[in-house]
Amino acid sequence: MTDPDHATTTAALLLLADSRLPAGGHAHSGGVEQAVTTGRVHDVTSLDAFLRGRLSAAGAQAAAVAAYACRLAGHDSADGGDWRRLDDEVSARLPSPAQREVSRAQGRALLRVVGRCWPAPVLSWLGERPHHAVVQGVAVALTGGGTHDAALLVASASVTGPASAALRLLGLDPVDVTRLVANLAPDIDHCAAYGAEASAVDDAALLPAPALPMLDVLAENHARSEVKLFAS
Amino acid sequence: MHREDPQPDGITRFAAPAGGEAASTHRRSLRVGIGGPVGSGKTALVAALCRVFGPDMGVVVVTNDIYTTEDADFLRSAGVLSTDRISAVQTGCCPHTAVRDDIAANLDAVEALEQAHDPELVLVESGGDNLTMTFSRGLIDVQMFVLDVSGGDKVPRKGGPGVTASDLLVVNKTDLAPHVGADLAVMARDAAAVRADRPVVFTDLRGDPRAGPVTDWLRLQLAARRGARTT
Ligand SMILES: Nc1nc2c(ncn2[C@@H]2O[C@H](COP(=O)(O)OP(=O)(O)OP(=O)(O)O)[C@@H](O)[C@H]2O)c(=O)[nH]1
Ligand SMILES: [Mg+2]
Repeated sequence: MTDPDHATTTAALLLLADSRLPAGGHAHSGGVEQAVTTGRVHDVTSLDAFLRGRLSAAGAQAAAVAAYACRLAGHDSADGGDWRRLDDEVSARLPSPAQREVSRAQGRALLRVVGRCWPAPVLSWLGERPHHAVVQGVAVALTGGGTHDAALLVASASVTGPASAALRLLGLDPVDVTRLVANLAPDIDHCAAYGAEASAVDDAALLPAPALPMLDVLAENHARSEVKLFAS
Repeated sequence: MHREDPQPDGITRFAAPAGGEAASTHRRSLRVGIGGPVGSGKTALVAALCRVFGPDMGVVVVTNDIYTTEDADFLRSAGVLSTDRISAVQTGCCPHTAVRDDIAANLDAVEALEQAHDPELVLVESGGDNLTMTFSRGLIDVQMFVLDVSGGDKVPRKGGPGVTASDLLVVNKTDLAPHVGADLAVMARDAAAVRADRPVVFTDLRGDPRAGPVTDWLRLQLAARRGARTT
């Protein structure tokens, strides 16, 4: 496998970042639906604030995890124990049971795609329902990408998915939403650099744990609400 | 590999080879998609199929509709389906996407119900909002599209993949035809014109809560599946 710290981006990476990837992402709002229901997000400005918060917490945390998983996938000596340890550390960083369940559901969905498009022995170490960011990192490794690619993919997805959910729920002007995300690009890049750097640790327990309790509250309330359009 | 340990978050992990093809030839169940416009009678048809096939075959249902406890209550109170046999999938405001372009969540729901109940019949209901809806062949084996006569007798002429390409076109609520001025002969003629040899049936689920013409067709599909598995 390529050296994960100096790998180059490939067309396959664009495929992984494409919102049309059939890995279930279209039905996840990352807390936006609950934020809209409760009136916290109601226009482009409030969406901007929400996405910045999401990027700095959930985005940064998942970016580091994905980069770590990407590097681990390049280690031939990594075994089940290493992957299990990473899995436990990700669970520990998701205090809301609903968030953990959503992470595993998305991980499983992505694993379906990766297992058929880029089959590899390392996938069998991940279990049936691995965390989403872990599969994202491994997928990047399997397509020839490196730790920074993995962090960038995840940082970007942490806001683009929720942004399009807001577009659908609020009927916003699509170019307004795109411009909002375009203006976030430097922050996404920064988040990716942070994630890649923070992933350079020997032990998954040393990965950072940025958090925003409101995201956990939104996830829990979403899981409990009777009528919902999105899975998260 | 035999690892199987309960996780702190209560999820059991198995180290198994990941992401195999949907092994349609090895599975016991027939997966049937039921699509059609809002209110055309899809859930009423699901209830009919549960009534007829449930006792012998075990039926499970995945619904892509906006799901309230009333929906489950409807099927349960009709005495046709227990709550643990129905599973709801959220479609993120895009019902078509969830059954056509990105079927991951539906596959997960179907597989979980199959593992829990080992049914012979799996029904996947999706309230696609117009005539362009179609199910992915990666999700279902056969699909029906349910129209109702009160939408107007011109609907089959409009075509769309649901009308033209579904394996069975069901024209429901024939009891209402006289009240809405719909001409069933026109609907039959127009549907036949765009469907080549694919069948069309007419139902009145009020008068025939066992959906005779649909269950006859489905019996043939189930028999064909059993035949394919044993040869
Ligand atoms: N008169 C008449 N009413 C029917 C018939 N079939 C269903 N209905 C009624 O039509 C209404 C809608 O039926 P559903 O089965 O809920 O329709 P659906 O396609 O599942 O609707 P959505 O899931 O909301 O898209 C209900 O009030 C049914 O009782 C029929 O053959 N004749
Ligand atoms: Mg219905």
